[in-house]
Amino acid sequence: MNPPYSVIFLTTLIGAGQGLFLALFFGQTYILLEDIPLESGKFYAIGSLIALVFLIGGLIASFFHLGRPERAWRAATQWRTSWLSREVIVLPLFMFFVFLYGVLHYFDINPSVFGTAAFPETGLTIVVGSVGVAVCIALFICTGMIYACLKFLQEWHTPLTPINYTLFGMASGCTLAALYTQQQQSHLLGHMTVWAIILTLAVFLTRSASLIRNRRIKYKSTLKTAIGVRHTHIQQKAQGAMGGSYNTREFFHGKKASFLKSIKWIFMILVFPVPVALLTAALFNQDATILFVMAFAVQYIGLIAERWFFFAQARHPQNLYYQTI
Amino acid sequence: MTQLALVIDLNVCVGCHACVTSCKQWNTSGPAGAMSDDNPYAAEPTGTFFNRVQTFEVGQYPHTETIHFPKSCLHCEDAPCVPVCPTGASHKREEDGIVLVDYNKCIGCGYCSWACPYGARELDEHEKVMKKCTLCVDRIYDEALPEAERKPACVLACPTSARLYGDVHDPNSEVSIAIRDEGGYALMPEWGTQPANHYLPRRKTRKHYHEDELVRVDNPLKKEGPLIADEKGPFLEDVTSW
Repeated sequence: MNPPYSVIFLTTLIGAGQGLFLALFFGQTYILLEDIPLESGKFYAIGSLIALVFLIGGLIASFFHLGRPERAWRAATQWRTSWLSREVIVLPLFMFFVFLYGVLHYFDINPSVFGTAAFPETGLTIVVGSVGVAVCIALFICTGMIYACLKFLQEWHTPLTPINYTLFGMASGCTLAALYTQQQQSHLLGHMTVWAIILTLAVFLTRSASLIRNRRIKYKSTLKTAIGVRHTHIQQKAQGAMGGSYNTREFFHGKKASFLKSIKWIFMILVFPVPVALLTAALFNQDATILFVMAFAVQYIGLIAERWFFFAQARHPQNLYYQTI
Repeated sequence: MTQLALVIDLNVCVGCHACVTSCKQWNTSGPAGAMSDDNPYAAEPTGTFFNRVQTFEVGQYPHTETIHFPKSCLHCEDAPCVPVCPTGASHKREEDGIVLVDYNKCIGCGYCSWACPYGARELDEHEKVMKKCTLCVDRIYDEALPEAERKPACVLACPTSARLYGDVHDPNSEVSIAIRDEGGYALMPEWGTQPANHYLPRRKTRKHYHEDELVRVDNPLKKEGPLIADEKGPFLEDVTSW
């Protein structure tokens, strides 16, 4: 596939926004459970605002993917069958809950709603936040399933695809949360940093698993099945167009295998070891803002490379029909 | 239920591209609007087509065979491009099984083209909507046309009748009989898309000689070869009864 930059920015930006929201919410529940000094409402409100900025950025990027963005509202109609349609519904819904969560915190509207053993006085923000978490997970699944549901794109058709989308978002968002808590001088800083490291290591395992899996793919479609002639030696001589077509522009990235390989190593270094090293160093030097900024920025740039590779690596069976001019 | 489809006979196709040009001509002049082209007469010409003829070479010299392979939307019975469409623009008609795109609803996200393993869909770079073969839906039901012309433009244009058109669910239709009798097959059966369009394979016309066709029964002396005038011995005329 030819990596579309609009989708690369959409998925990386909303992933970071979703991860930041999850970090804020679980930070809030953690404080309640562990008796750490409470954070102010503004802490969550500004955090939610930052998450919203990332989500809106992703939404704007997604419009560049559309040929007819003015009709985008139509994309909410086919949620029964289309994962893309489901994402189109769930993304604004999630943005609404992030907004609501931030507003409730900003105005300190947190009346006790009900009580449980863990939370004797469950506040409204916890309830709204919990729903937000559910919607957030649903959004991760929708985003991942858009790719995983296409069965003949064998590189994508695996449960690892939604798992990776979820964990990449959570890791990147948590790194952002570490930077944010550092800026806010929050007591959650240590926890956020440690969780950012844990999540980054977790996604290192799942992404490595998908890379190993994809290295061993046996493609089901061949030229034999594509044109239905049983012969071991079939060569295309003409594709019916001399200047290329949508099929050659959309499905071929046109880069050499060595370029692809270098992108793989670039993201494997930028997304995993560098941020982990920077965050580990930051654990011992919590005043060094530059370490947190670098950790998030390097990881985000790495994620752009990762997403580029994700698309470029996928080999569409239609390419069999477009081997030569 | 009706499932209209094309059956393409690879044994007959000569790769003349008449179906490509007539398809383009009919569909670019239709009510759905033009199918845009860029640089049609310059270097790097490109444009939107519903149908393309590709060429493959099977085997290695000297045992090669050239296969001209017309490729358009196969109107799959279980079309993977339809459920993924977020707007419902991409749909499969109940009444005749044609897979269509509603150009007024399409947002041009390209997701359906990702979901088609055959590369049958092309985004119009100027209209910014997804386009594909309509099986000339604006022609096959047009009662203003004589009945013989109510067929897809490509079928009418084919000079060798390599393209058959009809209802593949009707067991007695021309296309069903051709698929059944001539070994019609579907492309990429591994994905379970059940393409409605079928292809007829290359068939070799072979002459089989029996031994008694090679040995003359009216040659009791078993002497073959040119007759030499001064050869001694009886000639064929001497021993046969005519």
